[in-house]
Amino acid sequence: MATAVHISSVYEWLEEIHDPEIPVLSLLDLGVIRKVEILADNKLEITITPTYSGCPAMDTMEREIRERLTAEGFEVSVLTSISPAWTTDWMTENGKKKLEAYGIAPPAESTTDKSFLTGHAKIIRCPQCKSTHTDMISHFGSTACKSLYKCTDCLEVFDYFKCI
Amino acid sequence: MTGNQALFEYLLHRGDNALILAQRLGEWCGHAHQLESDIALTNVALDQMGQARMLLTEAGRVEAKGRSEDDLAFFRVEREFRNALLVEVDNGDFARTITRQFLFDIFQFHTLKALRQSENEFLVGFATKSLKEVTYHRTLSTDWMKRLGDGTALSHDKMQDAINVLWEYTPELFDITEGDAVLTKAGIIPDMEAIKLAWNEEVRSVIAEATLEIPNTLGYEARGGRIGHHTEHMGYILAEMQYLPRTMPEAKW
Repeated sequence: MATAVHISSVYEWLEEIHDPEIPVLSLLDLGVIRKVEILADNKLEITITPTYSGCPAMDTMEREIRERLTAEGFEVSVLTSISPAWTTDWMTENGKKKLEAYGIAPPAESTTDKSFLTGHAKIIRCPQCKSTHTDMISHFGSTACKSLYKCTDCLEVFDYFKCI
Repeated sequence: MTGNQALFEYLLHRGDNALILAQRLGEWCGHAHQLESDIALTNVALDQMGQARMLLTEAGRVEAKGRSEDDLAFFRVEREFRNALLVEVDNGDFARTITRQFLFDIFQFHTLKALRQSENEFLVGFATKSLKEVTYHRTLSTDWMKRLGDGTALSHDKMQDAINVLWEYTPELFDITEGDAVLTKAGIIPDMEAIKLAWNEEVRSVIAEATLEIPNTLGYEARGGRIGHHTEHMGYILAEMQYLPRTMPEAKW
């Protein structure tokens, strides 16, 4: 008889799956895993949500979740849900620290902040030298979720994970 | 026309707008004047593609004849596409592409904002998600309108030329079909008159700040997209977009 699985084990396995575009973040850090359900002893249902509606990494994420949990002997269904819409507020604090250490400036404020709503310029800290003297080069960066900035002190160009 | 048919037509219209604009913007890949613009235009294209996928998938579900997003994108002919003519106008130079984007972004921004109050659950989720992305598109195109319009004499002239070409395509964005009227009454889609007011106010204020002028089109308005009458550009867009799946319908990634 199969031993009943504890949900915390499922989360531990999911923690091993990383964002294919920002490999320093796990899918849990990123906040794209919205629901984990144990339907039966050997049946799991995972609900994920895209960061951006055109995110090309969704298929890879879905496949990796399926492969990882199938390897543990489960029958896995992965559902995609767009509502409620993903927000950078769901990124974990640990995820934000990992991003900065990786060289990507984490989202600078909560989307419920007044500065976000009124569109006022926000202060983005350089992930290299921690200077706050930075300028935006481009709204859009190497992936849909990032903007491009440069530091006017250390002169490094860096990605900023923009708030949505 | 039943409510379901009306909703199918509306989802196609919105989905085709996003799909054809994504295809147009994708043509810029590797051709923009600087890397940042190249990346920005293709990022916007990707967001539009994401919208198109959600809308066409939902359209197929509502139609309930088993058509997938791919069936709708790749196996319909020109007369079956429901996009507004504005999104199919050729890219021209960067001035025309960014002006087309600006005129469309403001339309999309206000429509999505209003769609968050829809009685239709899918449209609420879709609009809430997409509005976050379109807010960035709107900032990008608005910045460029001001920077190039109020830039050098040359950039100003190019932007004015772009508005002169594109302006006659804008009234169609607010057209209401018989089906749309049914949906508006049911609270599923917003009142387009209100959207038109908000669009006019914002577009005119940015154009004025960019030191540009609204052209006199002598009452001429280009329309037809909602009934499948497209410009001469549409066939070429579809030929390129549909070539592979029509040649090899079984091809998979």
